[in-house]
Amino acid sequence: MPAIQSTGTEEIHPDVALVERAREGDAAAFEQLVRQYERQIFRVAQHITQNREDAEDITQDTFLKAYEKLDQFQGNSKFSTWLVRIAVNESLMRLRKRKTSKTVSMDEDVQTEEGSIPRDFAEWRPNPEQIFDQNELNDILRRTIQGLPPGFRTVFTLRDIENLSTEETAEALGLSIPAVKSRLLRARLQLRERLSRYFRQRKEGQPA
Amino acid sequence: MNCTDFLSQLTDYFDGQISPELLEEVRTHLAGCKHCEVVLNTTRRTIEVYRDNQIYDISDDLREKLHSAIMTKCLEKKRA
Repeated sequence: MPAIQSTGTEEIHPDVALVERAREGDAAAFEQLVRQYERQIFRVAQHITQNREDAEDITQDTFLKAYEKLDQFQGNSKFSTWLVRIAVNESLMRLRKRKTSKTVSMDEDVQTEEGSIPRDFAEWRPNPEQIFDQNELNDILRRTIQGLPPGFRTVFTLRDIENLSTEETAEALGLSIPAVKSRLLRARLQLRERLSRYFRQRKEGQPA
Repeated sequence: MNCTDFLSQLTDYFDGQISPELLEEVRTHLAGCKHCEVVLNTTRRTIEVYRDNQIYDISDDLREKLHSAIMTKCLEKKRA
């Protein structure tokens, strides 16, 4: 199976030149960076907050903050990772304000093992895509990820949906690599367990 | 290797960051444990189903609206 992790590269990223031009006042260069990452930042914000209006505001605030703080971008990390870090912080701040969740800090390790120990051992057959139409499937995926603690949801989003490496995810979240790996494992297992309720192979005679 | 050991190696296994010795142990365990084989397959499918069905992709209209708002605000900031 192909590795799910993307590999980093030692070459100079083309964003470095764009950031440099943007710092010197070139609005077109900054606009190009916005174009490149606005879609990703919106998705990350919506995954964490689970709220479209919040995601719209966070996307705007993220780029505005990045614009104001361009001088602080060190170039040690990728520009996209730096942006994601701003977006994650803005998103967690929104969640804290909403107070709909007890655990909205990335530092706080979620102690619950609920759902992290596999209990469902049925294969998914036929494929979920064959059982459900697109709207139903998206609805199931949304409801399922909403049920994860925000810290787990965030790690899963960056690592598995946005394809950041473990190192980039750790950097964007201010977590250690073992902490990212531990949250990622539990996030994946909890999602798997919950999705199995919908996707598990039915025994004969059992209603779908 | 028991089932708990197997689970603790799952992330490194998916990432292809597992030593050849451990990989061998993982494979041996998988060959004899139907439950872990299912957990592996369905965890892989969990990742794929989220990756293949972007539930929060942005529409072109909203993207344009956001893009204009971002650039307007940034340029205002620059002038201020």
